[in-house]
Amino acid sequence: MKPRQSNFWKVFSTPLVIALLSAAGLFAALLGDGIWDALSWVGLGVPAYLAIRGLLQCR
Amino acid sequence: MDGFGVFEGHEMKSKTIRRWSFIHTWTSLICTVFLLLLALTGLPLIFHHEIEHLLGDAPQVREMPADTPRLNLAQLVEAAEQHRPGEVVQYFGFEDDEPNAVLTIMAKTAGTEPNSSHTFMLDARTGEALETPSANGGLMLFILRLHVDMFAGLPGKLLLAFMGLLFVVAIISGTVLYLPFMRRLPFGTVRQDKSTRLRWLDLHNLIGVVTLTWALVVGVTGVISACADLLIAAWRNDSLTAMVAPYRDAPPLTRLAPATRLLDIARDVAPGMNPDFIAFPGTRFSSEHHYAVFMKGGTHLTSHLLTPVLIDASTLQVTAVAERPWYMDAMGMSQPLHFGDYGGMPMKILWATLDVLTIIVLGSGVYLWVVRRKAARPVTAEVAA
Repeated sequence: MKPRQSNFWKVFSTPLVIALLSAAGLFAALLGDGIWDALSWVGLGVPAYLAIRGLLQCR
Repeated sequence: MDGFGVFEGHEMKSKTIRRWSFIHTWTSLICTVFLLLLALTGLPLIFHHEIEHLLGDAPQVREMPADTPRLNLAQLVEAAEQHRPGEVVQYFGFEDDEPNAVLTIMAKTAGTEPNSSHTFMLDARTGEALETPSANGGLMLFILRLHVDMFAGLPGKLLLAFMGLLFVVAIISGTVLYLPFMRRLPFGTVRQDKSTRLRWLDLHNLIGVVTLTWALVVGVTGVISACADLLIAAWRNDSLTAMVAPYRDAPPLTRLAPATRLLDIARDVAPGMNPDFIAFPGTRFSSEHHYAVFMKGGTHLTSHLLTPVLIDASTLQVTAVAERPWYMDAMGMSQPLHFGDYGGMPMKILWATLDVLTIIVLGSGVYLWVVRRKAARPVTAEVAA
């Protein structure tokens, strides 16, 4: 398996950003309340929003 | 075996793709039924606190002036024993959001297995018992048991742990397959005009890839929690046995020294920490001759990590402040990351949303497999046979 670099990043750059954002969100709320909780809502809200947006796109 | 169909481009060899797609298809198919059960039962469990309040199952601790004196632990043990004569206290638990009550778990003997114990609350100021029906039976406990072990005990837990591992493999192989599928499509594309199958293929890929991190974390922490019995047994072998070795030949205790000062004794040797629960002698979190006071860290992050203080149950001397092996820390951190209860109500709602999205990924995966098989049958009947 040897995908061309450009292709790999073209496909995975956005998912990678979302994955890192979710991970940061999952971790943030472990560190404290208030602003840390809010960060976790953003981190987990982005994937939830993108998925729902895809589902609701009209045919 | 080709569950998928359209592969454009040649950078990823089709043989490699076939292998990954074989792995993805079968790991998913095997675990799907169990994952659906876990995702569906997990949904109400996210809100168990709120549901118990709605059902009226949550005990109401009486309003009293803030400076009302509190009973000491020995008095609370007495109150518990009066409430349930013939039983012994196994655990006292302390909750930050209800400082005026002590969670109490009792059973016929200290060693009685958890599902046969009785859980209730004691008012820390009056010793009055407050029943917590949802901890001992009813709908939420039924759902919890389905989620934890399907009423099959340790084998059930281990089966679910294995299904969790398959789920993790399915997620990883699905991510690998995301590349050949999405090579020609911009991120987030959902083709609406071609066919229902393509629309759901795109949705399966989109939802799957954006929920990737969450699903992996909840999956892995679920596997760790499912192995908790084994981890506790390992901890008993590794740490506890060595620490209580001098007591191996000591006669069984007929009387316990009063529990009155246990928390002060533990605080003295574990400064900066707060009590989480006390395991009474003979339970699986203590030894035959010790009270074990489990102290949690004083910061937000370390509050999930427990340090047991072993206190001799006849002399009240501290035998040891136990070390925490890494796997007990992993078990401690797994709980919030699996339950989603550490970021307020918005996090619970997001947790539920991501859970429903996972159900959609599972369902669309089965749909895609069925449709693909139907389409492939006339052409590849001899291959499949």
